[in-house]
Amino acid sequence: MTVLLDPTSERSPTIRPRLPRPERLDGLTIGILDIAKSRGDVFLHRLGDRISERGITVKHYAKPTNTRPAPLPLRQQIASEVNLVIEGLSD
Amino acid sequence: MPQNLPHDGLIAIVKRDCPTCELTAPVLGELARRGGLTVYTQDDASFPETVPAPVDDTALDMSHRLQIEVVPTLIRFEGGREVARTYGWDRGEWERLTGIAALGQELPQARPGCGAKNVEPGVLERLKIRFNETGLKSRHIEIGEGEDEQEAMYERGWSDGLPLVPPSEERVLRMLDGTARDPQEVVGLVPPDIAPATVEKVAINAVMAGCKPEYLPVVLAAVEAVLDERFAMHGVLATTGFVGPVVVVNGPIRRRIGMNAKGNALGQGNRANGAIGRALQLVIRNVGGGRPREVDRATLGNPGKYTYCFAEDEEGSSWQPLSVERGVNPDVSAVTVFAGFGLQGVVDQKSRDPESLSRSFAESLKAMQNVKLAPSCDAMLVVSPEHHRTFKNAGWSKARLYEELYRLCEIRGDDLVVGAKGIAEGGPSSLAGKTINKFRPGGLFLVRAGGDAGMFSGIIGGWSAGGPRSSLPITKEVRT
Repeated sequence: MTVLLDPTSERSPTIRPRLPRPERLDGLTIGILDIAKSRGDVFLHRLGDRISERGITVKHYAKPTNTRPAPLPLRQQIASEVNLVIEGLSD
Repeated sequence: MPQNLPHDGLIAIVKRDCPTCELTAPVLGELARRGGLTVYTQDDASFPETVPAPVDDTALDMSHRLQIEVVPTLIRFEGGREVARTYGWDRGEWERLTGIAALGQELPQARPGCGAKNVEPGVLERLKIRFNETGLKSRHIEIGEGEDEQEAMYERGWSDGLPLVPPSEERVLRMLDGTARDPQEVVGLVPPDIAPATVEKVAINAVMAGCKPEYLPVVLAAVEAVLDERFAMHGVLATTGFVGPVVVVNGPIRRRIGMNAKGNALGQGNRANGAIGRALQLVIRNVGGGRPREVDRATLGNPGKYTYCFAEDEEGSSWQPLSVERGVNPDVSAVTVFAGFGLQGVVDQKSRDPESLSRSFAESLKAMQNVKLAPSCDAMLVVSPEHHRTFKNAGWSKARLYEELYRLCEIRGDDLVVGAKGIAEGGPSSLAGKTINKFRPGGLFLVRAGGDAGMFSGIIGGWSAGGPRSSLPITKEVRT
C-alpha cells in the first residue's frame, strides 16, 4: 500500500442551500449591485428604473473594481438593507 | 532513555564501509575484552571481527535513536544517562572517555570518521517516517495495492491534466529539506477558498509538479507573491480573460538551480522552469480550490496556465535586471509575478538602430488585445539578446527605452473611437481629438531573455486595464 499526502486544503466545501424565492416582490427591497464591469451600470440602472416603476424599493450599490471580491463592509451593508440582490456578472 | 542501552558502560556505533572504523577495530576488541562495551554495526553484522558479538543495527533503529551522525561514535553511559560522546578516532578523546590510558598505540593520533548510514539522504526520511517523527500534518491518503497511483490522483482531482509525481511522505520530507522554514508556517491565504497555504502544502504540490528540493524557495516566493493583495489572485483566476501568473526569476538562484534564461527560455525542456511554474498553479488548484470551468471562468485560457516561468538573462546585459529595477539588491534572488498570457512575437531583422527597433516594438505593442483598445493592459516585453545588443551598442539604458516606448505608444483618439477603422470595438466619441497612450504610466516591463541568435522578441500581454484596479506585478525576495 502506498501512502500519499493530501495536497489540498482538506476542507469540504460548504454547500449552502439557496434562500427560497419570494412569492411576491411587493413590500420587499431589491438591491442592485454593479460589479464595475464596463457598461454594466447602464443595464443595471435601466433595470432598476423598471423595477421602481412597479412601486418596489430599489437600492443601488457598486463594487470599487470588478477584479476583486466585494469588500466585506459592502457585503454586510447589502445584507442588512435589502431582501434580494441582482448583480451583473459580465459585460 | 531508550531501552537496551547500558545503565553504565560504553556504546560504539560503526560500519564496515568506513576506514576509520576498520582502523579502530583492534581498540574496540580490547575494550570489549575488558567488558562494558557494546558495539552496534550499521552495515555488516559480523563487523568488527575483533568484537565477540556485535549488535546488528542494519535497520538503523539504535543509530537513529542515538542521533548518530558520524561513525565511529563512542558514547559513555553512567546511571542510565549519556555523559560523554566522541566522533571519529582521537586517542586523547577515547582515553578520556574510557578512562583507559595508552589506547591504540599502534594507530595514528587521530582520524576523522565517516558519515553515518542513518543520516544518508533517503534513509533519514524513512527512519523519521518509521518513528513517526516527520512533523507533517497533512492527511494520509492510502492507495491500495491494485490501484494505479496516477489514476488515483486524477480521480481525486489533483492534476492539471498531466501526470504527477506521487507525493509520498519521503518525497515531501526531502522537498522540505530545500527550505529552513517551518513546515507549518502559513505562506498566505489562497483564493478562491481563502485556504491557508502552509510550507508543507506548498512542498506537497511542488513534489507533484516535479520540483527538486532546491527549487522550493523559489516556489514559496512565487506563492507569496501571487497571494499579495495587490496581485489580485482571485480575479486573475476568476476572469474570463486569458491570464495566469507569469513568474520571472532573477539573481544567483537562477544558475544555482539550473534555470533556463537562454534559448527557448519560454518554451519546454528545462525542469526548473517547468516545475516551478507548474507547482504554483497546482497550489492554486489544490490548496485554493481554483479549477477551470469552476471559479476559473477563462474563455480560452492560455497554455501558460500549465506553467509559465523563466529566468532573466542577466549575464552580458547592460540593463538592470527586473528585480533590481524593482528595488531588490543585485546579489539577492527574487521572483516577480505578472498576470500575463501567451506570447506575441515581435520579428525585426532589419533594424540596426534603436530608433527603428523601438518603433517596431511600439507598433507591435499598440496592437495588443485590439488596436482599438487604449489604455489597454500592462505588458511585459521580453527582449532577445540580439535586439538588446542594438540598444546596448547605441548606449540606450533601460530607462531610455521605457521613455521612448511610452512616447511611441501614444495613439490618436480619432483612431480609437467606436467605428473608427470600420471596427465597432473602441472608446467613446469623446476620445476624438485627444491623444491616448496604449499603456498606463509604468505599465510596461522589460526583461532580457532568449537565445543568442535571432532577432525575435516577445510580448507577454497582461490583464484588463492593468494597474492598481486590477493586478500589479509583485516582486518577492527568495528566502531559503
